[in-house]
Amino acid sequence: MKINDAVWGALFLLLGVAILVHVQSFPAMSGQKVGPALFPGVIAVGLSVCALLLIARGIAAHRQDREQAPWLAAGPWMRSPRHVLAFLVTIGVNVFYILIVDRLGFIPTGVIYLALLFAVFGVRLRNNLVLALIVTLVIHYAFYKLLKVPLPWGVLQSWAW
Amino acid sequence: MSLAWAQAFALVFDPYNIFVMLVASLFGLFVGAVPGLTATMATALLVPVTFFMAPIPSIAAIVTATAMAIFAGDIPGCLMRMPGTPASAAYTDEAYAMTRKGLADTALGAGLVFSALGGLFGTAVLMLSAPALADFALRFSSFEYFWLVLLGLTCAVFITSDRPLKGFVSLLLGLLVASVGLGNPAAFPRFTFGNIELLGGIGMIPMMIGMFAISEILRFAVDTNPQLMIVDKPIGNVFKGMWELTKKYPLQILRGNAVGTLIGALPGAGADIAAWVTYAISKRFSKEPEKFGTGHVEGIVESGSANNSALAGAWIPALVFGIPGDSITAIVIGVLYMKNMNPGPTLFTNNPQNIYAVYLLFIIANLIMIPFGWWCIKVSKQILKVPRTVLMPVIMLFCVVGSFAINNTPFDVTVMLVAGVAAFFLEANGFPVAPAILGVVLGGMLEENLVTSMIKSDGRLLAFFERPIAASLGAMTLAVWFLPLLLRRLRQLAGIGRAA
Repeated sequence: MKINDAVWGALFLLLGVAILVHVQSFPAMSGQKVGPALFPGVIAVGLSVCALLLIARGIAAHRQDREQAPWLAAGPWMRSPRHVLAFLVTIGVNVFYILIVDRLGFIPTGVIYLALLFAVFGVRLRNNLVLALIVTLVIHYAFYKLLKVPLPWGVLQSWAW
Repeated sequence: MSLAWAQAFALVFDPYNIFVMLVASLFGLFVGAVPGLTATMATALLVPVTFFMAPIPSIAAIVTATAMAIFAGDIPGCLMRMPGTPASAAYTDEAYAMTRKGLADTALGAGLVFSALGGLFGTAVLMLSAPALADFALRFSSFEYFWLVLLGLTCAVFITSDRPLKGFVSLLLGLLVASVGLGNPAAFPRFTFGNIELLGGIGMIPMMIGMFAISEILRFAVDTNPQLMIVDKPIGNVFKGMWELTKKYPLQILRGNAVGTLIGALPGAGADIAAWVTYAISKRFSKEPEKFGTGHVEGIVESGSANNSALAGAWIPALVFGIPGDSITAIVIGVLYMKNMNPGPTLFTNNPQNIYAVYLLFIIANLIMIPFGWWCIKVSKQILKVPRTVLMPVIMLFCVVGSFAINNTPFDVTVMLVAGVAAFFLEANGFPVAPAILGVVLGGMLEENLVTSMIKSDGRLLAFFERPIAASLGAMTLAVWFLPLLLRRLRQLAGIGRAA
């Protein structure tokens, strides 16, 4: 996805100004001229200057050639429903994992996570669930048993091994 | 001195350490040989595992895996015209042209032998220059460090992109991320918005896993034109003719090694840029430049050795100053801090055995690369058969668990995801990610030295130029900032003069 430099510039300008306003509320270090506001303040000024340059450049490019520098252009994948789905599922499974893993437990979450990804990437259905289960168990063994990472058991708590 | 070396040998030749190096070799070769998986990604994936190891084995794992990955990246480039890692991209067309001429064994052999040679050369430079630099750096105060970090960050912006403005934006975003949390001289909670997880700052490791692995998987998910991975070319004896090549191109090998090490040592630029630059140099100074691109081995000899020497070169500023030479050492610095091996000149005086062990690791990694690499070329057909549709989801679940494992908090998985999506969109729009990484790694150091210097000098900016080394570093930094602008202005004036 191509977003015009001017749009990026506007976003960064907003961020820069917001930070500049926010750091004004930081306290000073007692007896010193510099405090916690100095460093992010300087960065915010720098970011705002860069943002203004980006805006200027983006607008100039857009004026020169609307075709080459539109405000927003979809990448080739955005016109292909299969790829849009793959993109959304790739992000979606992670959100799903973050939200549910503590309640559902690592093993069921991992199996669903992988099965969904295998499905959108086009792994044959016959192998899908078996593969997802094996990989999840291997990762669980490596991290839970060998590296002692406390992966949550969730609904499988009473069968924990 | 000799006692420290003896300790270093004991650390490195420990059976556990050797085992780690063997496993890391296989991992590195695999990651390098599969297109879409990079050496930096290999490092990021290793961190959660090294987290549970002693310092030397964890460094051993990273050194070995990256050296192997950079070489193995040549294999699919040569056989299928798909570079296994970006560091092989510069000469992929050349190597593939050689394969079509039936010279695949020579192309792969040159990649392997001169990669190992380049790695050893870079290691030699590391061994000779790092202690001397460390000696020099012992005299540095906060003023010198402030300029040094700023100079490093500036280099990163100008080297890694042809569009410095976008590089600057990327750097500033990285510095902003670094200023989140309590980790500032005043220990004031900045940008935490009442979130307890953010008090400790944004986790560097989950962020890097996101930026280097998740973004790559997203790119795979939206790739509308994936290439089929089929190898049908037979490969003969890859070592045949290597000695003749060494005798034919001694200057090219030396130049590739030297330029590669230097580019590696410059902050922000690593193996991939070293390969592009040396390939261009090789063509520019060749006696037969017309043969380049038609399956001519000269450029592969030079740039194939450069990308591996860059790998070692990047460790020089990383170990001496804590300033990463490339994105791999940016992750390494995070690991060193976790292991209480804080980079800096005192690392050389207080614990020399650890530094000597790092030298030894590099030498061993580059030596075992030759038999391992030879074997990897033999089985490359099988490696390339592993379907990426299966591999990518598995890697992503591994990333999730790895990010979680650093602090055992699901918050780090969120950090990983956000960083990955952000890196995906920024890169798609021409914002380089390397400056952002350097900003995150060096933000704390930059601020600390800035604030300390300001307090020492009571806010006088001139104090930043009063010590001789600080003044020269400062002048260099300002020169890098303003010379390009000045030159462009002069060129414009000259152009107008001529037109009139």
